[in-house]
Amino acid sequence: MTREAAVNAVILLLLVAVPGWALYADEPFTITLATRAVIFALAAVGLNIALGLGGLVSLGHAVYFGLGGYAMGVLASHAQNYTPLMEWPFVIEGTKSMPVIWLTAIVVSAIAALLIGLLALRTSGVYFIMITLAFGQMIYFFAISWPAYGGEDGLSIYVRNGFPGLNTLVPIQFYGLCLALLLIVLLFSALLARSPFGLALNAARQVPHRVETVGLDPVRLKLVALVISGAITGLAGALFADLNRFVSPTMLSWQMSGEIMVFVIIGGVARLFGPVAGAVIFVLLEHLLGGISEYWQVFLGIVLLLIVLSGKGGVIGMLAGRGRAHD
Amino acid sequence: MSPILIAEQVLNGLQFGVMLFLMAAGLTLIFGVMGLINLAHGSLYMVGAFAAAAVAGATGSFLLALVAALAAAALAGALVELVVIRRLYNRDHLDQVLATFALILIFSEGTRWLFGSFPLYLDIPAWLSGPVTLPGGIQYPLYRLALIVLGLLVAVGLWLLISRTRIGIQIRAGENDREMIAALGVDISKLYTLVFALGAGLAGLAGALVGAIQSVQVGMGEPVLILAFVVIVIGGIGSIKGALIGAVLVGLTDTLGGIFLPELFKLFADPATATATGSAFASMAIYILMAAVLVWRPTGLFGART
Repeated sequence: MTREAAVNAVILLLLVAVPGWALYADEPFTITLATRAVIFALAAVGLNIALGLGGLVSLGHAVYFGLGGYAMGVLASHAQNYTPLMEWPFVIEGTKSMPVIWLTAIVVSAIAALLIGLLALRTSGVYFIMITLAFGQMIYFFAISWPAYGGEDGLSIYVRNGFPGLNTLVPIQFYGLCLALLLIVLLFSALLARSPFGLALNAARQVPHRVETVGLDPVRLKLVALVISGAITGLAGALFADLNRFVSPTMLSWQMSGEIMVFVIIGGVARLFGPVAGAVIFVLLEHLLGGISEYWQVFLGIVLLLIVLSGKGGVIGMLAGRGRAHD
Repeated sequence: MSPILIAEQVLNGLQFGVMLFLMAAGLTLIFGVMGLINLAHGSLYMVGAFAAAAVAGATGSFLLALVAALAAAALAGALVELVVIRRLYNRDHLDQVLATFALILIFSEGTRWLFGSFPLYLDIPAWLSGPVTLPGGIQYPLYRLALIVLGLLVAVGLWLLISRTRIGIQIRAGENDREMIAALGVDISKLYTLVFALGAGLAGLAGALVGAIQSVQVGMGEPVLILAFVVIVIGGIGSIKGALIGAVLVGLTDTLGGIFLPELFKLFADPATATATGSAFASMAIYILMAAVLVWRPTGLFGART
């Protein structure tokens, strides 16, 4: 077992043990905090596929996170008002069923990632960063000025959506559901990195022209990576909206994009458990520092600056050694 | 819709564009010379606005406030360059994005700490307030007209600085080949600090000038920063001329889109829906412009061809 695998195992153990303890000690708030961390981790695992594997510095992942959230908000609000989404050419009803909402969130985010990717991947480097940021802002302003679904105020849902066989209103059951999804996606992400696609993508990040020489299209590889990445982050968005029973344009804001990226960097880019470690640390910092000072983000900024300037490859990099996972 | 209204809106668009240029010029210079993407540029805009509001509040002089904005932002820029930014030149863009994102958090929350969450107000001085009558009988606020003139003057000044002075030669040489000019005895790190402070000063000036029309508050810089990115993507990275043309295009598109799109939708929808839908789409207009430019020229109108 390598040191990184040991670190990963400890993280996994904590994700099970801490909420287990909280259940035993009757601390529902800790479970909610853990759920928040797990959902952020899921969003960041999504970004890590584009960022770590594909080398795509997307500063617009809030688009997918927010669209996932709105997929939940729109479907559930139609269901709670008993109004259909559309009546022509065929009737689409709202729904309170999580699996249907998740699927919608995944499909909608994937389509958004495809459209944004088709345009943004015409360029690379710093242009790509600015363009993903700009398209993120476009969707954000659209959500604010489009009055049909709450505009700036967002949408509230009275009761959390349901999952067959579970009572999602019980915190630990909803946590279990989120954790299960995170583990499935982590497994998928690990398999993806070792698959022929993942290897080709890795090569396309490092030496695009050689990949082209052997007959693969590096842009198409990156586009697929971005679509997969967006779809996963969209799923996380649907869960986040369900956790809060609320969705608003804040989920689409550029700060959200920055935060999702921060999760990945604190933990370690291109490390399987990097985004998980990063999200857990972020939520802990937010909770602990937020209790000390209203202006806790100053300290978050300083911590972040030190992590980046130290260049050790995030927390996993510091614990597991061997500098960076790539480059 | 009367021609006077249209002329007014064109002027508004021009004014908005010229202010965007002040932001975009600094960003594009910093990227062109140092290869650095600086998300904290919006924070320097905010620093300028707060410095102006504080000095105007203490002294009552608008000119002093502008000088303070320029000085405070340039100083903050030089300081940030010396402490943080210069460690990032040899890093990849991801590290630059993260470190400058961290700087935004520090600047924003630090400012909230110092000044509180309530917006400050910066008044337009008496000698610049009120309307003027332009040829054709157009009534237009004198202050906004002054912004257009000042912005264009800065553009000319910047062009003279870059194309006619020794510093300008060094900046252009630095864009092309930093090893070579270092070998020729130019202190490259001093040059970098200077360019960064120059860009920061321009951002601070823009913040103060716009702060007098809107309110001065934490987080005011980032929306402008993202618009400046759109300007740079359209104009081409590293090109001052591109920044100017891109900025005016974005300013006009945004302002005119906000007026004309709701009118356009009224042709085939009822007024209430048309206004809502039209303004929702108007907020997307500049990004659609950006997408169109990208399809046509991926490196922007005046960017280097690859």
